[in-house]
Amino acid sequence: MSAGTATAARVLLQLRRDPRTVALLLLVPCVLIVLLKYLFVDRPEVFDRIGAPLLGLFPFIAMFVVTSITMLRERTTGTLERLMTLPLSRLDLLGGYGAAFGLAAAVQATLVSAVAFFLLDLDVAGPAWLIVVLAILNAVLGSTLGLFLSAFARTEFQAVQFMPAFVLPQLLLCGLFVPVDQMARPLELLAYALPLTYAYDALQRVATETSYDWRLALDVAVLVGATALAIVLGAATLRRRTP
Amino acid sequence: MPGDHAVEVDRLHVVRGGRDALDRITLGVRGGTVTGLLGPSGSGKSTLMRAIVGTQVVVSGSVTVLGEPAGTAGLRRRIAYTTQSPAVYDDLTVRENVRYFARVVGAPNARVDETIELVGLGEEAGRVVGRLSGGQHARVSLATALVGRPELLVLDEPTVGLDPVLRRDLWGTFARLAAEGATLLVSSHVMDEAEHCDDLLLLRGGRLLAQGTTGEIRERAGAADLDEAFLRLVTEAARR
Ligand SMILES: Nc1ncnc2c1ncn2[C@@H]1O[C@H](COP(=O)(O)OP(=O)(O)O)[C@@H](O)[C@H]1O
Ligand SMILES: [Mg+2]
Repeated sequence: MSAGTATAARVLLQLRRDPRTVALLLLVPCVLIVLLKYLFVDRPEVFDRIGAPLLGLFPFIAMFVVTSITMLRERTTGTLERLMTLPLSRLDLLGGYGAAFGLAAAVQATLVSAVAFFLLDLDVAGPAWLIVVLAILNAVLGSTLGLFLSAFARTEFQAVQFMPAFVLPQLLLCGLFVPVDQMARPLELLAYALPLTYAYDALQRVATETSYDWRLALDVAVLVGATALAIVLGAATLRRRTP
Repeated sequence: MPGDHAVEVDRLHVVRGGRDALDRITLGVRGGTVTGLLGPSGSGKSTLMRAIVGTQVVVSGSVTVLGEPAGTAGLRRRIAYTTQSPAVYDDLTVRENVRYFARVVGAPNARVDETIELVGLGEEAGRVVGRLSGGQHARVSLATALVGRPELLVLDEPTVGLDPVLRRDLWGTFARLAAEGATLLVSSHVMDEAEHCDDLLLLRGGRLLAQGTTGEIRERAGAADLDEAFLRLVTEAARR
């Protein structure tokens, strides 16, 4: 078993040892989507419009928080320093984390999608599997951003605060509340600089359109690019030598 | 310095928190020995160990480990390090921890249980580390370092908080590993531990007070016990 695979297995094992977190990860998005359904019980078209995008954004938020805290623990308990003396490349470590949380996200996205599509009759124009795939992409992006940003937190409390600090603004600006092209110019520019805008755009396209052009491809390319950038930045924060 | 040194440190200068944590020290660790790195708390023991395993930013000087500059990628399979506070995964069992580190260093799976036995945790192998006592915790950390059967073991205060019987057993294990050819650098702030070492390095305030075999140091200080020897060397250094 390679060091990267061993790391992914270890992270998954740690996650499994924490059944409460697993329950929260799996159940909270399901409860939220049920809430949403009954919030708009008289206006199913609203549920259809925002249900799918939210479905795809939950894993981003959840994996951002879980990954940043797990990585922060690795830093504060000294295990990261240990790992840095071992034949484990930084890519092994980041890849291991990405694979583990990507898998967790896949389970989460599949479960909440099943609830939404089968139990709550969520109706999307495009294929449902594409929503699940986008949700997983978002989750991996959330994980890699969490890994990177965990370098700037000293305590778990701070790491949790990164959620409102980095995720909420993106959620507000992504187009879910106000279409991006109707925002004031500075906000519009800011929105286009944030990866969640592209995540929302892609999800919303699949939810409302049946055929896709280069714009969906562009969204996916930006998501993949942002993930790659976050990995590079994350790797840069993993120093073998520290003061 | 003779050629059979597993670790050679030459005029190593390290600054931590704005102060000289290591003030241009020069020393050697003979291969195949148990070398005790002794000194009071804050004397720079952990800093020196971090420099040897390649996790410490240094200002100047050189550290050569097993013939290669410290921190070189090739060394990562040949050395193992335990940090002062046990750095293992509290939410995993003893066996899961040791197995993870075994996989990372590419050690065979059979080595896992064998190493857990070696540190006397056979009974606890299936227990979650977070629920073990402080001493057991430290031994899990030790097992994760031993599992790769490294050529050089750098152990930062591995015996702190252990009961006397266990401590004696561990020093016995260290001696056996050294007899099999490994080099061990073991730190402690308890002078008594020096009895178990072949060689000693005495550190104080980031400077090397003395190095030599345990007998040589006792003799040089003209003291019967090492606590006394250390105190005399400190006064001697202050007078200089
Ligand atoms: N993380 C740190 N940041 C700043 N200074 C540190 C840090 N760790 C240790 N020091 C300082 O470096 C010096 C040596 O510390 P250390 O190597 O930990 O000593 P020892 O292991 O012998 O107790 C001390 O003056 C200590 O205050
Ligand atoms: Mg120390």
